Amino acid sequence: MTQQEDPTPFESWDRPRQAWLLSGDCRGVRQRTLLLEMTTRALFPTVLVFSLYLLLVGHYGPGGGFAAGLVAGLAFVLRYIAGGSEDLGAVVRIRPPVLVGTGLAVALLVAVVPLAFGLPVLSSAKWALDVPLLGTIAVQTSLFLDVGVYLLIIGVVIDLLRSLGSGIERDMREEGEQA
Amino acid sequence: MSALLALPVLLPMLGAALTVLAGRSAALQRAIGIVTLTAVAVIAAVLLVNADAGGPIVAELGGWAPPVGIALVADRLSALLLLVSTLVTLAVLVYAIDQRIVDYGRGAASTTFHPMYLMLCAGVSLAYLTGDLFTLFVAFELMLTASYVLITRRTSAIRIRASMTYVTVSLMSSLLFLTAIAMVYAATGTVNLADIAGRIDTVPPGLRTVLGLMLLVVFGIKAAIVPLHFWLPDSYPNAPGPVAALFAGLLTKVSFYALLRTQTLLFSREEPWTLMLVLAVATMLVGALGALAQNDINRLLSFLLVSHIGFMLFGLAVFDAASVSGAALYAAHHITVLATLFLVSGLITRRTGTVALDQMGGLAKVSPALAALFAIPAMTLAGLPPTAGFVAKLALLQAGVAAGPWPTVVAGVVVVASLLTLYALVRVWVRVFWGEPKPPIPDDDPDDEVIVGTARTSVPMYTATAGLVAVSLAIAVFAGPLSEVTGRAGTDLLDGGPYRSAVLGAEGER
Repeated sequence: MTQQEDPTPFESWDRPRQAWLLSGDCRGVRQRTLLLEMTTRALFPTVLVFSLYLLLVGHYGPGGGFAAGLVAGLAFVLRYIAGGSEDLGAVVRIRPPVLVGTGLAVALLVAVVPLAFGLPVLSSAKWALDVPLLGTIAVQTSLFLDVGVYLLIIGVVIDLLRSLGSGIERDMREEGEQA
Repeated sequence: MSALLALPVLLPMLGAALTVLAGRSAALQRAIGIVTLTAVAVIAAVLLVNADAGGPIVAELGGWAPPVGIALVADRLSALLLLVSTLVTLAVLVYAIDQRIVDYGRGAASTTFHPMYLMLCAGVSLAYLTGDLFTLFVAFELMLTASYVLITRRTSAIRIRASMTYVTVSLMSSLLFLTAIAMVYAATGTVNLADIAGRIDTVPPGLRTVLGLMLLVVFGIKAAIVPLHFWLPDSYPNAPGPVAALFAGLLTKVSFYALLRTQTLLFSREEPWTLMLVLAVATMLVGALGALAQNDINRLLSFLLVSHIGFMLFGLAVFDAASVSGAALYAAHHITVLATLFLVSGLITRRTGTVALDQMGGLAKVSPALAALFAIPAMTLAGLPPTAGFVAKLALLQAGVAAGPWPTVVAGVVVVASLLTLYALVRVWVRVFWGEPKPPIPDDDPDDEVIVGTARTSVPMYTATAGLVAVSLAIAVFAGPLSEVTGRAGTDLLDGGPYRSAVLGAEGER
């Protein structure tokens, strides 16, 4: 992870092209915790996949857009704690308000679409698709509403981390300068 | 028709989402806001006409029938208040947009103002249209959360500290509201308003009183009923002109609507409600006397706002069809006139650079248009004939005098409070508009949106205010048809049968 002066070919074999957590570049040595960084490295993608699972399973089992969004948000919180706001900014290039706006717009459009078919607002229908190899997959249209909520919640969490988190970091830096 | 019912809630939310996405184009944000609210106003008018002709309109969300599913209901009262509120939010938005153009230039987009404004409108629509106690809670939270942002943005530290009173009190009342909903659910096993109305008779009388009082306290805090009003004159004057107009016009009246709806639908009374009569007298007098002691024009208007909540409470207290319809008419008039006065106060503050009455003077010479814009709503609020305020107050007085000795005494207090209102407003008139013109006080804190002493205004700001004055005049001109609509609304409210059967079907008629 740390930058070495002159890496030999052998040692740079499985060296990632990009530092996975940027905290090595942007944080003081004292603020880094190796244990947390390594744990985050394993947990971040796992938690994201789990959140997708919760999103898809939501209609019949425990889960759904809100729960999935919060779980995915937790993954970003973990990443923020391990890597700081610079790392978070590097991994999420999209502006959080865009995520929030898209999520809300998707959810509302899905809510309004049934009106076009003469059904009440927020009605859902079931689509059964025959997919080769996988068999029949049933999709509730309310899944798209959940996708909107999922995006919305992730956007809110990242926005909170950016706005509140960057304030905390600034305060800590100022305190550090005074001490 | 029921297809239209969800749109007054969903359209402003969609508008909010789109204004977030259009975060870099100020022109697009402005267009989205105005188009959305215009559409909602048209839909509200259609709903009002249809609800008046054919009875309550019901929409079942997701096709789930109540009491299991959530129902949206538009009857005469909710459709009328929705229409008036939307006209007010539209005019205030035009004013706010032009104030932003004057202050920050044409290109200044905002990722908080427009989305939060539209979210607040969505919350207001939902509060009027919902037929479900828990959804009412959600509507209030939507409205209040947006209002927290609007009252604390672009302001100074002292004002944020004052706004914290508002946030804390609102959160407390929301907590109480949640508790009350839990108790209602425990007692009746449902949160659907029509269904509760059918089952409330099986609840023991003592518990029924507790539920009624819980809901009274919850909406009493939000509607600023004395003695639960203390937060309002401390917080509203700390909001910028258009935001204060929005809050003063809508938030307390939505709470009064919720109070009116729950008390008439759930708790039937045969005779005037003594407790409410006492609260009405206290609210009218404390508000009016408080207004006389103020030097800050916005605080003065806030106290008058509290005072006139008492007039509507009087209508609810008498508890017959005539008085409830008078209260509904008064609410419609009050929404427009208070919003207008706060907008005018915003214009006055920009001209003078201060909110202190004793530092103003001679504005009638500087800006005769502003003087006219203040005079008409002031006369309306004081209830001088032939304004809308007179028509609404007359309906209340007639209903009160017909109801018995105590309501007649309170009707006398209504007249006294009107005179005190008139006195307070004449005092403003003399201080602000008469005398020698004084130069505007320069703006010492450019970050603070409440006092902007730049004297810069634009024609649309006046036009928007004049539009609201026109709405208020229209209420006076169309007082005949309007009072017929509110009369039928009052009969419906006290009967409750049409509402219940519309929501629950034939079995609701028990």
